Amino acid sequence: MAYPASMMPSIQKANATRQARFGTMHPELTVDEKAKLLQDFHPDFNLKVKRALRVGANTGDLAPDEMANIVEAPSRLNPKDVDLDKPDYCTDILVIGSGGAGLSAAITARAAGANVLIATKLRCGDSNTIMAEGGIAAATDPADSPAIHYVDTIIGGRGTNVKELVEVLVTEAPFILDWLSALGVNFDRRADGSLFNHRPGGHSRRRSHSIMDLTGLEIMRVLSDEVRNQEIPLLEFCPALELILDDKGQCCGAVLQNLDNGKLLTVKAKVVIMATGGMGRLHPMGFPTSNHYGATADGIVMGYRAGAKLIYIESVQFHPTGTAWPEQLLGLLISEALRAQGAQVLNCEGEMFAANLETRDALAAAIIRECNSRGKGVATPAGIVGTWLDTPLIDMIHGPGTFERRFAGIYSRFMGYGINPKEEPILVYPTQHYQNGGMTINTSGETTLPNLYAAGEVSGGVHGQNRLGANSLLDIFVFGRLSGESAAKKIQSVTTGRPTLEHLNLYNETLRQAGVETETRSPMILPDYRFEKALTKITHMEAR
Amino acid sequence: MSEKNTPAADPTYSIYILGKKYEVPAGLTIMKSIEYSGYQITRGCGCRGGVCGACSTVYRIKDDPKLNVGLACQVNAEDEMYIVQVPYMPIYRAKYDVNTTECTDESVLRLYPTLKRCMGCNTCTNSCPLDLKVLDYVSALLQGDFDTAKHLSMECVMCGMCANRCPAGLAPMNMAMMVRRLVGKKAHKNTAQFAERLKNIRDGKWTAEIQQYKALDRAGLQPIYKQFQSSNRVDV
Repeated sequence: MAYPASMMPSIQKANATRQARFGTMHPELTVDEKAKLLQDFHPDFNLKVKRALRVGANTGDLAPDEMANIVEAPSRLNPKDVDLDKPDYCTDILVIGSGGAGLSAAITARAAGANVLIATKLRCGDSNTIMAEGGIAAATDPADSPAIHYVDTIIGGRGTNVKELVEVLVTEAPFILDWLSALGVNFDRRADGSLFNHRPGGHSRRRSHSIMDLTGLEIMRVLSDEVRNQEIPLLEFCPALELILDDKGQCCGAVLQNLDNGKLLTVKAKVVIMATGGMGRLHPMGFPTSNHYGATADGIVMGYRAGAKLIYIESVQFHPTGTAWPEQLLGLLISEALRAQGAQVLNCEGEMFAANLETRDALAAAIIRECNSRGKGVATPAGIVGTWLDTPLIDMIHGPGTFERRFAGIYSRFMGYGINPKEEPILVYPTQHYQNGGMTINTSGETTLPNLYAAGEVSGGVHGQNRLGANSLLDIFVFGRLSGESAAKKIQSVTTGRPTLEHLNLYNETLRQAGVETETRSPMILPDYRFEKALTKITHMEAR
Repeated sequence: MSEKNTPAADPTYSIYILGKKYEVPAGLTIMKSIEYSGYQITRGCGCRGGVCGACSTVYRIKDDPKLNVGLACQVNAEDEMYIVQVPYMPIYRAKYDVNTTECTDESVLRLYPTLKRCMGCNTCTNSCPLDLKVLDYVSALLQGDFDTAKHLSMECVMCGMCANRCPAGLAPMNMAMMVRRLVGKKAHKNTAQFAERLKNIRDGKWTAEIQQYKALDRAGLQPIYKQFQSSNRVDV
């Protein structure tokens, strides 16, 4: 399926103006223009689509509306339906989630001698981790050091990162590569057997380690395989609905639901590790997402209801060039490297409206403006509107064969849908990519709620308000392993009191007092794309 | 902003989910067509980007006897398409210890004795939604060419369709999974420079430098960052 006829006139305009655009550049934004553009059009600056939370430990802090909607909602679980005196499972450590953070926590805790139970919403391994293409950052190069990695990460996070977490992140990084390699992960290597590395944006050194463009897939396959070799008890299609507290206010388990038969299951645990990932499937501000089907922020909701504090929950990372057509690839990231190689960004008239190499945030804002208030986006039959990324320029500039050689993955994916990016442009629109914030943790992975740990995208602070590429694949394993390790020690000293779900009733009472009225029940568990909701729409408003 | 849904005049397709007929807008993936039909998918939906293997689907077009296999998130629905998702297969998997198992002809055959039964029928290759050359990597396993098996199976999303359709009861994806891990583990040995780096970190070589940076705020770090950026002009 090539481009539909309705999009052809605009493609012809892009083709017609290409020769004239060749060798020219759109002027870059001045500092003032950029500030205004961000203020007016970048989702993170759009106060209309965020609101201050009215209940809980972060009352007064901003959150995207979609996040606030599920945080400020009663539980979908009625405490009366649960018999806490007869737990279905008893374990030392309950790990909720089976992405990179969850499985590395489980394997590490098990190796330390703890009894571990993994509960996961979908299949073992289903996660954003499995989709990670780029790589995992670690200072393994002789020209690099953890200290340089530290500075890069703090600058990338605009100085808002929790410093102690970053110190741990960069210091542990090379050990993570060692650990994963010893488990049999096939990192790309040079002929002499040393690790191959490359330099991602914002990093000062060659530091990212990948497995072709299948980095997350390879790692998740290996970790899932190891969980099975270790015979760690695993409950698939059994998401957690709520945490269980004891009469001392400590976390002591969770209520799960078997998605196949609806049965509620109670797990009694000395320690719970939350590793449920991010929030892309809430479609914050109406955006498409590069995230997995299961990324519905369940862990944020459960943890917050039980009293855990959040950090930077208002901060969401958007990538300016997500795929907007074909629909099958919607939200798929198109690397910045294409723009670095000369691909220009065009509106429906085939005109440039921003310089290729504006920063991620500014270009995302410019594309949003072009498609919305300026009305110069390109409409697709699926309802989404986008702008062109003029890929044929790359071979014109660098010679025939460049595109296919440098961007083999993108080339073959688009060719699979009858679109030849060497000859026609590809359609892009910003896509939600990452939840920068999450539950506050310390360097052992402990949240502010006793006996609740968190690791990976559900936690926050290590990346500050802006994450550097290749640092999240690292973060999940560093803090997954640390939380597994420290939880395994913690269980020696934990004494659990009488289990209760009273905090759900208390939270409902707080909602009533705050005047919150809602039909929503949370956590969301599964996104709802039934009937006309299956058709893609972008509904976000402009900021100004 | 434009919220152009598919207008009523646009073409629709008839699809059959487990034999039941639904009308869906033309141009959607199988996954979105199932959702448009009113299903909230629990089993059979994962990354929605073609890399996780959760949504393998068998389909057939009316009057065409051929059964096809694809990922529901990647293949577009067609008119008169009959669809069933195959989200789970009870496929044999050998337990092994990655630390003590050597990757040899003997160990692979001992753990997966069904390997010998391969008849070379190529059904596995024909069943792969990613068009991997499954039979070729099974042959490489039989010949003890584990590096080739690793490379040919590297893009496997573990959906299990090869094992599902194999008439001889092989589990190609699980065999290749084990072999890739054992090959990868072996490749990790003996990198002296890497061992040196780990030792240096354990010895605290950069601890003081990091403490020094921790004492600085963003503005204080900016010139240091600039210096790092310019001190090593390496290829991206």
